[in-house]
Amino acid sequence: MTSSTYRSPVNDDPTLDISLVVNGRPVEASVSPRLLLSDFLRHHLGLTGTHVGCEHGVCGACTVHIDGRAARSCLTLAVQLDGATVRTVEDLEGPDGSLSPVQEAFRDCHGLQCGFCTPGFLMSVTALLDEDPDVADASDTEIRERIAGNLCRCTGYQGIVAATRQAAETIRDAKEQADVPTRG
Amino acid sequence: MSRREAEQPEQADNAPPMVHTGARVRRNEDPRLLRGQGRYVDDIPLEGCVHGAFLRSTIARGRIVALDTTDAERVPGVLAVYTCDNIGGLDREMPLLIPHPCITHGRTQRPLARDDVYYVGQAIAFVVAVDRYVAEDAVSRISVDIEPLPVEVDMERAVEDGAPLVHPDVPGNIAASLVQHCGDADAAFERAEHHTKIRVQVDRSTGAPMECLATAARWDPVSGELVVWDGTQAPIGLRGALSSLFDLDEDKVRVIAPDVGGGFGPKIHFPYANEVLVPLAAMQLGRPVKYIEDRSENFVHMSHERTQIHEIELAATKDGEVIGLRDVFLHDTGSFIPYGIAVAQVASTAIAGPYRIPNIEVEFRCVYTPTVPVTPYRGCGRPQANFALERAMDQLAEELGIDRFEIRRRNLIADDEFPYKREGLIFADGLPVTYDSGQYGAALALLEKELDLPAFRAEQERARAEGRWLGLGLSFYVEGTGLGPYEGGRVRIHPITGKVYVNTGLTTQGQGHATSMAQLVADQLGVAVDDVIVVEGDTGVYDWGVATFASRAMVVSGSAIHKAAVKARERVLEIAANMLEVDPADIELKDGAAGVRGTATTIPLAAIATVSNPLRYAFNDAAQIATQFAPASKGDGPPLQGDSRPGIETEQFYSPPHATWAYGVHAAIVEVDPVSYDLQVKRYVIVHDCGKMINPMIVEGQIAGGVASGMGGAFYEKLEYEANGNLRNASFMEFLMPYATEVPHMEMHHLETPTPLNPIGAKGAGEAGTIPVAAVIASGIQDALAPEGIGPLWHVPLNPSVLHDAVREARSR
Ligand code: FES
Ligand code: FES
Repeated sequence: MTSSTYRSPVNDDPTLDISLVVNGRPVEASVSPRLLLSDFLRHHLGLTGTHVGCEHGVCGACTVHIDGRAARSCLTLAVQLDGATVRTVEDLEGPDGSLSPVQEAFRDCHGLQCGFCTPGFLMSVTALLDEDPDVADASDTEIRERIAGNLCRCTGYQGIVAATRQAAETIRDAKEQADVPTRG
Repeated sequence: MSRREAEQPEQADNAPPMVHTGARVRRNEDPRLLRGQGRYVDDIPLEGCVHGAFLRSTIARGRIVALDTTDAERVPGVLAVYTCDNIGGLDREMPLLIPHPCITHGRTQRPLARDDVYYVGQAIAFVVAVDRYVAEDAVSRISVDIEPLPVEVDMERAVEDGAPLVHPDVPGNIAASLVQHCGDADAAFERAEHHTKIRVQVDRSTGAPMECLATAARWDPVSGELVVWDGTQAPIGLRGALSSLFDLDEDKVRVIAPDVGGGFGPKIHFPYANEVLVPLAAMQLGRPVKYIEDRSENFVHMSHERTQIHEIELAATKDGEVIGLRDVFLHDTGSFIPYGIAVAQVASTAIAGPYRIPNIEVEFRCVYTPTVPVTPYRGCGRPQANFALERAMDQLAEELGIDRFEIRRRNLIADDEFPYKREGLIFADGLPVTYDSGQYGAALALLEKELDLPAFRAEQERARAEGRWLGLGLSFYVEGTGLGPYEGGRVRIHPITGKVYVNTGLTTQGQGHATSMAQLVADQLGVAVDDVIVVEGDTGVYDWGVATFASRAMVVSGSAIHKAAVKARERVLEIAANMLEVDPADIELKDGAAGVRGTATTIPLAAIATVSNPLRYAFNDAAQIATQFAPASKGDGPPLQGDSRPGIETEQFYSPPHATWAYGVHAAIVEVDPVSYDLQVKRYVIVHDCGKMINPMIVEGQIAGGVASGMGGAFYEKLEYEANGNLRNASFMEFLMPYATEVPHMEMHHLETPTPLNPIGAKGAGEAGTIPVAAVIASGIQDALAPEGIGPLWHVPLNPSVLHDAVREARSR
């Protein structure tokens, strides 16, 4: 259990207590009401994989999962997270340190260049595939629409579209394989 | 995906097989970035770090009549408030980085405004506080009173008599002007059977890297060293600037560009205000200081580019042979000209594109406007020149009744005309434009084939019959890449692990140097690509070189690294031959070891590196073999003889004789919706030639990213200045950067015509994708809307309302 007080360094600033789960670990904190979730994750918990590209909710670089759904951490205050479960890019790899199917696909398809938008994309695509495994059958146009909440200035999206499809296929194939014995 | 090979550059006798070079190798840098373990400036953990925030001008041109920081200083948690009055020697105009004799009125800005402000966003004060929230609170408590002065943001009006001046002592707002001649344009225009003249305009945009500017600094009072982490494309240059400004020995200033979240040009400019004030504060306060620019600041602080207005005229024969070109253009440099005439110069020298056009006269003026300063952004003047030339070629084709492909074919430089020199046009490297190699005709033919023109024409006819607006656009571009002066490469084999360490003076902002440079070395030394560790962007590690710009990394650093790897290979072969007592020609380097061909005998590279370093101490088992009394060390004379050095470490430099010219031709099939006037790109086809590709996957990524920026510039992205100099759309909500839905799928085809100018045959690829897109899209929409008889589309970015107005206007005629 991580437990500490993240108090604004300016003494008379009030704080609120929150307790939440971040990447599977319980966290208790006492935070300033105006602290953004993105800053809380990055600067107080040291989870710097979550990036900030605009701080006005447009670019998606700061995307994390809150209670299983993709959300923009730059538009969320840390104090809103009391009782919530948060997942960040640092939690995507498997327990053995292997890349997740989405991460692997981004690597295979050159879905990243500078890597700054990448954690946000990984979290968005992971949430998308959790919700809708049929993306593997979607048209390119549909995939583009489904990932159009994140900006990337480097890749021209071509590799990201391909990676999304590859990850969807990998996940679906793995599911089908897992289902075979029970069907039999 | 097709790929046509031209012949390879000649291989030396004992050259190794190219296993990795040219292959689609997955990137070494990815696993770290995918795990969220990237290290961008704001991720560097600095104990006790404090944070900076700027007060910025909300007035374009004005006089500061009062500035009071007292309230801000009283905010609990504030450590310092800087204005021009308490920054000592930093209160001076920053350097003009690329001087040129034609800059008659060069002006650069101060880190913090003194007396006057020149654009909305200019830094006036810098607050350092315990965290960013407090620093921003304090900024809001600074009171500043600025008396507005008259402004003119429209470049054409800014050069007229009586226009308000940005700098009172710069007449006509003209910073620089230049005329260049190649051949005899007057005579060509005299003799021509046909003249075509058009006026084109490209509007202002911004590089918009996903990571904004960022600087952190730590001063170590014990070692007297200043360490600066900065999201820059030019750490060595910035180190030079900081050493000079702070009067510190170069060895006491270390600039590190860690992971950088995109560059695209604006981060080549230095020093921005944060790049000097953060180090100043760190030294004065004795604590690490950080400044992370936010997106709204980035729009009004980081350099912009693109605004140019060209009047271009072609002189042609009736058959469409273009014999002369005149171009006169205005280039908006914003309120200052810190990077010199680079953008205008590149535009002016790219103006004749891939065509023979032997007679050229090109003239430009760089104009001050009270806006964010302009320095290169991906393309650097080439997109504007390409837009001017290619729209003019389309117009000429139309006027002469010649097909758009055919008129280009008639003017392309032929394969046997290379090297093709444009005497009198001086490129950004200070040398005459000389195209080194290419297969322009083959590129156009390949594009036509891939497009299947007959099928398209039939489809277009059907579409038109149904009242649909379907069109085809194309544009052919050239790109001078790989400018000097030079870069270096150092290769070292690590004696403990046998891994290969490579250094160069560049930075990477996503271009994959850690992979592509490693591929070159891996082939020479017979090691796995992921056993080659490329470290760059840190002046503490390697500080010979220039920077990452002008699509030059692979050309210049790649060549230097290749040369160093060849030398390292020679040294390995020599030592291995000694150890194995065979001829070096019988040795092959493979799987991290040297082996005798046809036998099972091998020695690992680590052992070779160990032996090459005479030792006294056997600090591990392997080291025993290099100590004084070991049999391998027996010999006459001192262990290091002549000029030899210990270990396997080589360093080489590459200095290009002149730029190498990549090129390509793009086409798009577009459809405009007759109700919404939305643009749909149905096919986007690219033929591209950047010489020898070291990693085609990375090249294609560069092209794709470039096209995406180009799509922005063609149809979406425009910085909109209001008449009073306020930037109306300084956020991603209103500046429409393309999402995946606005960027088409790209079909890419490669030619590989090696350049004879460097040992790896490579030309640059970083900016290529961006250059032709605006012309492609405008040409395609023009074709789509031809049945409506709309006027010419000579101004980008286009958008649905422009198209709607154009159709309305045509219908009301
Ligand atoms: S940083 Fe949160 S959406 Fe851009
Ligand atoms: S990889 Fe650089 S912004 Fe997407």
